[in-house]
Amino acid sequence: MIPAGFDYVRVNSAADAVAALQTSEDAKILGGGQSLIPILRLRLATPELIVDVSGVAEMNGIREDGDAIVIGAGTTHHDVTTSDLVRTHAPLLAQATATVADPQVRHRGTFGGAIAHADPAGDLPGVALVHNATMTIAGPAGTREVAAADFFLDYLTTTLAEDEVLVSIRLPKLGAGWGTHYEKFTRVAQSWSIVAVAAAVRRENGSIAEARVALTNMAPTHLRAAAVESALTGAAASAEAIKAASQAAAEGTSPTSDLNAQADYRAELARVLTGRAVAKAAGLS
Amino acid sequence: MVSINVTVDGRSESHDVEPRLLLVHYLRDVVGKVGTPIGCDTSNCGACTVSFNGQSIKSCSMLAVQADGGDVLTIEGLAGTVETDLHPMQEAFRECHGLQCGYCTPGMIMAACDLLKENPNPSEAEIREGIEGNLCRCTGYHNIVRAVQTAAASMSGTGVSS
Ligand SMILES: Cc1cc2nc3c(=O)[nH]c(=O)nc-3n(C[C@H](O)[C@H](O)[C@H](O)COP(=O)(O)OP(=O)(O)OC[C@H]3O[C@@H](n4cnc5c(N)ncnc54)[C@H](O)[C@@H]3O)c2cc1C
Repeated sequence: MIPAGFDYVRVNSAADAVAALQTSEDAKILGGGQSLIPILRLRLATPELIVDVSGVAEMNGIREDGDAIVIGAGTTHHDVTTSDLVRTHAPLLAQATATVADPQVRHRGTFGGAIAHADPAGDLPGVALVHNATMTIAGPAGTREVAAADFFLDYLTTTLAEDEVLVSIRLPKLGAGWGTHYEKFTRVAQSWSIVAVAAAVRRENGSIAEARVALTNMAPTHLRAAAVESALTGAAASAEAIKAASQAAAEGTSPTSDLNAQADYRAELARVLTGRAVAKAAGLS
Repeated sequence: MVSINVTVDGRSESHDVEPRLLLVHYLRDVVGKVGTPIGCDTSNCGACTVSFNGQSIKSCSMLAVQADGGDVLTIEGLAGTVETDLHPMQEAFRECHGLQCGYCTPGMIMAACDLLKENPNPSEAEIREGIEGNLCRCTGYHNIVRAVQTAAASMSGTGVSS
């Protein structure tokens, strides 16, 4: 199908993007277009103005900044997965991004686009939650920073205002002592997660000193499995202890029922996949 | 209308286009590259895969205006990048019966070439993952995988850069 007509402007800076957004009541940012263009084609959205940020140099690329890495919102999935900095300091992100869609989509789609789109089945918001990432956002009043935990508000809804642009995502490094794993459950290739689990575990002397677990597609937004995290803290890094803690994975979630899975099946998947993700992150399997 | 300049299969093209024009419609209807088919409305099938600035993309999921200043290679230009009549990937698809109805083939070949550029010697599993963005409803993929393996073998050492 063919999108409805719109005006198009390509900008060269985040500030110009904000200025362009303010010229229209109904403007949309275009990143890699891998979610937005299908939406336009199906005419689920018919914006008046498209502001293309894909050429904004300051929003592209990955750099090290002390104890964190900073990833431009416009960095493609392909560039994220092949980055040595990401593989070294955020291997969970490299692993999860490699499961997104297919090579063609990863060549165009961007990290920031996936975060801003906030699809509950998307693979990257959960990684942002586990990393305690910070989003840098440009708007009419300047720049503000928002923690990942406060960024995702509801189904396809974030704290970004209509005239704001996500500029970059800061991921504190998960360094020595941390193990991570992304466990994604799908039925066929190039598909979205039915349920997935992002886990990071810090081991100390055979036990789990700290654990962070985020669930994909278990609620209108991604969420941390707080009950699992507290059950794991101080537990032995053993298969039994991890399995016991994972039983709490569906607590506080509100999964939907759809063609792929019923809600109770999703709850069971959350428990099973949490067990697998944590065990792998802890180096057990 | 927005005016764009795009190199398509080695030739420089300049046109005024509507912003909403998809790259695939630009290639087919404006430039005349009908070798690139449209298979779906959902960005899933990969039939319209072309190379943009050296990377495989789905041309139904990009606007023509976004290609301004860029370089597009379609299935029609692929053989022009080598000395032989057919590109080794095309030759291998013919040799191994890597197609039946042929609808997915242009995109499949462009995706397979892109795969070999990143990984000249892929395992069978890596080939299956590398072409996961391309759906084939005839072959069951078996002969496609064989074709890519055959092309990889014939291209290693020939200096063909895919
Ligand atoms: C066939 C297919 C399979 C897919 N499978 C998966 C999958 O398995 N897992 C997964 O996670 N994703 C999947 N995706 C989606 C993919 O990850 C998209 O790339 C991503 O969701 C959107 O990124 P984008 O850069 O393409 O954003 P766009 O499509 O350009 O934009 C998406 C939304 O974010 C907004 N936006 C974009 N950039 C910014 C910015 N810098 N600031 C503010 N707002 C912005 C846009 O206005 C729009 O609302 C799939 C897509 C396709 C086509």
